[in-house]
This record gives sequence, structure tokens and C-alpha cells, in this order.
Amino acid sequence: MNDMSRLERTVGTKNIKMECRDCQVYYGDTHAIKDVNVDIEDKTVTAFIGPSGCGKSTFLRCLNRMNDTISVARVEGQFKLDGEDIYDRRVDPVQLRAKVGMVFQKPNPFPKSIYDNVAYGPRIHGLARNKAELDDIVEQALRRGALWNEVKDRLDAPGTGLSGGQQQRLCIARAVATEPEVLLMDEPCSALDPIATAQVEELIDELRQSYSVVIVTHSMQQAARVSQKTAFFHLGNLVEFGETGQIFTNPVDPRTESYITGRIG
Amino acid sequence: MTDATANSTGGTPGRNAGSLFDKDPRTRKRNAAETRFRMMGLAAVIFGVLCLVGLLGSIISNGVSAFSQTFIIVDVFLDPAKLDKDGDRDPDKIAKVTTFGYAPLIATAMEQAMEQANISIEGLGKKDAAELVSKEAPAQLRNYVLNNIDEIGETVRFKVLASGRIDGYYKGRVTMASAELDRNVSPAQLQLADQLKAAGLLSTGFNWQFFTAPDASDTRPEAAGLGVAILGSLYMMIIVLVLALPLGVAASVYLEEFAPQNWLTDAIEVNIANLAAVPSIVFGILGLAIFINMAGLPQSAPIVGGLVLTLMTLPTIIIATRAALKAVPPSIRDAALGVGASKMQSVFHHVLPLAAPGILTGTIIGLAQALGETAPLLLIGMVAFVREFPDGPPDGFFDPASALPVQVYNWTQRGDPAFVERASGAIIVLLIFLVCMNALAIVLRRRFERRW
Repeated sequence: MNDMSRLERTVGTKNIKMECRDCQVYYGDTHAIKDVNVDIEDKTVTAFIGPSGCGKSTFLRCLNRMNDTISVARVEGQFKLDGEDIYDRRVDPVQLRAKVGMVFQKPNPFPKSIYDNVAYGPRIHGLARNKAELDDIVEQALRRGALWNEVKDRLDAPGTGLSGGQQQRLCIARAVATEPEVLLMDEPCSALDPIATAQVEELIDELRQSYSVVIVTHSMQQAARVSQKTAFFHLGNLVEFGETGQIFTNPVDPRTESYITGRIG
Repeated sequence: MTDATANSTGGTPGRNAGSLFDKDPRTRKRNAAETRFRMMGLAAVIFGVLCLVGLLGSIISNGVSAFSQTFIIVDVFLDPAKLDKDGDRDPDKIAKVTTFGYAPLIATAMEQAMEQANISIEGLGKKDAAELVSKEAPAQLRNYVLNNIDEIGETVRFKVLASGRIDGYYKGRVTMASAELDRNVSPAQLQLADQLKAAGLLSTGFNWQFFTAPDASDTRPEAAGLGVAILGSLYMMIIVLVLALPLGVAASVYLEEFAPQNWLTDAIEVNIANLAAVPSIVFGILGLAIFINMAGLPQSAPIVGGLVLTLMTLPTIIIATRAALKAVPPSIRDAALGVGASKMQSVFHHVLPLAAPGILTGTIIGLAQALGETAPLLLIGMVAFVREFPDGPPDGFFDPASALPVQVYNWTQRGDPAFVERASGAIIVLLIFLVCMNALAIVLRRRFERRW
């Protein structure tokens, strides 16, 4: 992917997958996210950029209710997935997380075999009726994670024995194996070298064909390379949200411009 | 610039203008302090090791002789005139002959043995010769006869225990000089023992009875064994394991993974930590009041001991388990939740298996602690003199039994010096059990860690 293509790139579908309105997040007394409104479109890569501690990851974790596990976190506002409020009392977060998968900053494969890592999600969600189907799902997921060729001969090897980049692709394959509709990625490349980063970015672009991908990144070049929409967060506020090309070439808000040109952040 | 040069040549602190090969005073001072600290640390370690060696040395030198035992071989004529006066071999009538009725048989057998071996010692009567044999021997004989009634009238070869003093003679505890002053043994008896040994009728062998026999009374230390105590300790460990492990793991998983963080869980946490520091005798009083007085469970029973030790071990297991759960990286929990596992799935599929080595180690350390615990058992009557073996589990949990550490305590209270040797021997057995359990903890830890 070269940087030129982003200008020509157009967003194919305008279906809104997730809709976030007036979102507030509090950590105890700290108001971490203030009045954020974001629409995440289907089959699109949306990038969240901004300086450290600006709330990008916090907001990302709201999208599949991972903040529920933090007892002091309090989330307000409307988060809708396909028009359904995901914070509704009737929603089981477990079911939600099967639809909204997540890849974390640090590669965190389970200390099990590569196969078991990928097969874990399909197993607990009952996606496969028998071993053959499960094998098939694992292979498909590993192929989509661009890892199949490297590990097909050692599926029984522990996932923790892979290199950092391979581990992260394994985590992506693991997330993909449960067939999510939205894939959240929290700085997936921050622990990777440039080559592994390039592989993951390539992967993200392929995943866009089937999923809506939301990626938090510290690297503005990465946001520019992989995303179609970009949201710039600063001190818990959503400063600017729009087409990636427009944000990077012609930002509306002076803060965005300062950040992109490296004056703040 | 000139000032700086002047300072450095003037040797002000903070700048070393001299050669790297010269140590400046600060460095020397620092190095000296480090050397002092290292010497003190080394001294502490050496002191600790010396204490341990001294302790182990004293226990082993005192106790290792408990594992060997002197036996006398006698051919006893099972005299029908004494055992079965009516001659009808009726088991009920034969059972009426008490242990005392068998003592003359052994006395006669000893006399015959001396005659056959041509041993005669001046001033040694038949009664004195019979005293070489343990007072436990008639009971052994009686048991044999009751089990083999048809052998009455025959001569049977028995390997009977030598009395504690004779046993002590061959272990160096009793000497000719001490026998002069001893009311229980005379030098003539020791001479007889020597001659019997020369004739091959007296021998020393490994003391299996030490592990299998029950406790014995004050006058027959040679017959005292750890059988009941080992069984009692084993029963208690089973109870502790079965109760404390699931309870402790369940409690810590709930507290660590599921419980909301509020004042109540904080209070529980503080209390568990405090509970671990409560003196064990307090648990004994609790057990006495609740399990025996209120619940009406029998005294001296392994079930009560096991329950009390469970209460004592629970905090240890909970603290170890919580530490092990805390040590599992949160990224694993996130990963499981991220692919849509429920909280319970993430705990049972990922967190608990990763924490298993820590939990196992904590449990085994807790068990080892419970195995060596004495104080609470004294209060619930485990210190009683128990010669009957408890039944097999689970009924045996309610039968009176002893426990290893209590047996040690018990034996150290007795007058006969032979019991000192027994007590040290029991300590060795207890230590071996503890070392085995700790080794098991290490092995299991290694095994599990390799698998994950």
C-alpha cells in the first residue's frame, strides 16, 4: 500500500455499523471521554489517533464493553450496533463480544497450541459441529491471518513460541475465527517491527472486505495507510472525525493540524 | 574554567582527578560497606545452616536407633495344661486365659533355651532370665494361639521383642555400670543377653513394628510404634485436602475474579489475612467448643482434627491461590473475554490452569503445615493413649486415633529413656513425610509449568 492510494480510495458502502452518541466515560472521578459522537461504517477501516492518554483505547474498549471488567469505569451515552443499544440491560456482553472481536496491543496468545488458540472461540460459541469443520475454520482463520503457510506444519506447537509478529497475527486469526462483524484493534502494531507491521497492515486491508475494522494507533502514517475514516481524540474529546484523506491533508480544527504536523502530542 | 581545574586538583569531593587505578576515599568507603554487608549476610547464612545441622544431627543421632530393634528367638511349648485345661480346644475357653497366663510359657522357654545353649550365669534365676523378654511378648503369643488353636501342644519358634533395657544395651544406652544402679536390669541379665547373642538366639534387625505397631504403655517402650499415629495423620490429611482445597480455591476464585470491590470484600480480605496469623491453639479451642461440645462429634477422632486443621489451612490456601491468580497476566483474561468467553469460561479455561502450579504448591505447603501441627490436636483429645487401630475410611474418621506430632509430644512426656529414642525416631518419620510433601510440591510445580 502506498500513500498515494488513500486519496483515490472511496468508501464503498455507507452502511453505519456502529453508532455512538454523546458518549461519556468516567474512571472514578476522572472524566475520560467527553461527548464523543462517532459513526463506524461497515466494511471500512476507522482509525482513532491522538496523543497518549487522550481516551482512544478507552473509547475502543467501550465498543465491546471490555470496560465492564474495570469496576471503577462508568459508561454513559448511546452505543448502537446495527441499531441495538449494546449497553441495554438485556444485552449479554459475552454475546456482544462474539460479534465485536478485539485484538490487543500486546500479542496475548493463550499458552496453548496454535490450533487451540484459534479453535477456542469457535469451540465456546459452538461454531463447528465436528472436528473436520473445526479444522476447516482454523485453517480459514489462519489463512485470513496470513499465518497459515508459516504454521501449517506445527499447529501443535505452543502459540507463545511464535515471534512477536506471528503472535499478533495469531491473535488476529483467533479474533477472526469467531466470525465477528466488527474487529477492534488496540494499537496492534506497537510491539512489532516494521516488517511485521507491514504484514499486519496488509491483513487489515484484506479484513476490510468482510468486516468493519476499528484501529487505534499512535502512528499517523499507519492511520493514513490503512484507514478510510479517521477520528482525532485529544484530552478525552473527539476533535475531528472525517475522511482520512481530508483529515491528513486539510484538517478543519487547528489542534488536528498541530498534532499531525507534530507540534503537539 | 580555572575554578574547575583548581577544584579537581584540590581533591574536592565529587570529582576524581586521579588515575583510575587509585581508589578514592568514597569508593573505598563504599566498597568496605559492601564487604561488611556481605560478610554479615554470609555469617547469617552460616549461623542458620549450623543451627539446622546441629538440630538434625541431634535428632538423627538420638532417633536413628529407633529404627532397629533387638529380638530374642525362643521355642515356646504351647502347654495344653495351661492353655486348654479341658482339652476340648474351645476357642471361648482359651480366650479366657489372660496375657498373664502366657508369661510362664515364655519363662520356661527361656530356661530351656539357656539349658540347650549351655548358658549358666551365677545369681540369675528363672524369673530374671524371663525379664529379658519384653512384657509385650505374652500378648504376642496369646494372639498367635487364638489365631492358631490347633497348634496347642506343639512347640513353636517365636521371635519376640527383647525388653527395652536389653534393647538399650545394644544401642549403647545401657551399660554394665548403669545396670548396677538400675532396678529394672542387672549386669547378670546383660551377660545372659551377650551369651544368647553368641548362641545366635538374640539378634538385632530393622524395626518394622515402629511403623506398624500402635503405641504401648510406659513399661514397654520396645513395643511402641507409630501405626495409629501415621494412620490418624493420614486420615486427617485426607479430610484437610478434601475440604480445604475446594473450599479455598472456590473462595479465592470468587474473591479474586468475581466479587465486587467494596468494604465487605475488603473486610473479608483483611480477616483472611488475620486468620492466617491466629495461633493454632485458638483453632483447637474453637474445635473443642464447636465440633465436640456443640456438634457432638467424638473426641480424639480424625474427623475433628481434620476439621480443625482445615480451618487452619484454609487461609494459607486462600492466600496462596489468590497470589497465584493475581500472577496470571490480565492480558490472558482480556484475550479470553475478547473472543467472547464468559467470565467463568475465562477463569476455568485459562486463568485456573495457569494458576494451578501456585495453587498446588500453596496447598501442599498448607498440608505440610497441618501435618506438623500439635497444639490444636492436644485440645481435642488426640493426645489420648490409643492402641486400637481406627477402621478404614470413612468410618475410621470417627474412631479414636493419634497423630504424628502428638505422638512425639506424648512420648517425650514419658519416663523411660527408651521413649526419647522413639520420640526422635518419630520426628525423623515426620520430617521425612514433610520433605516428601515439599518435594512433591516442587515436582508438580515443574511438571505443570512445563506443560503450559
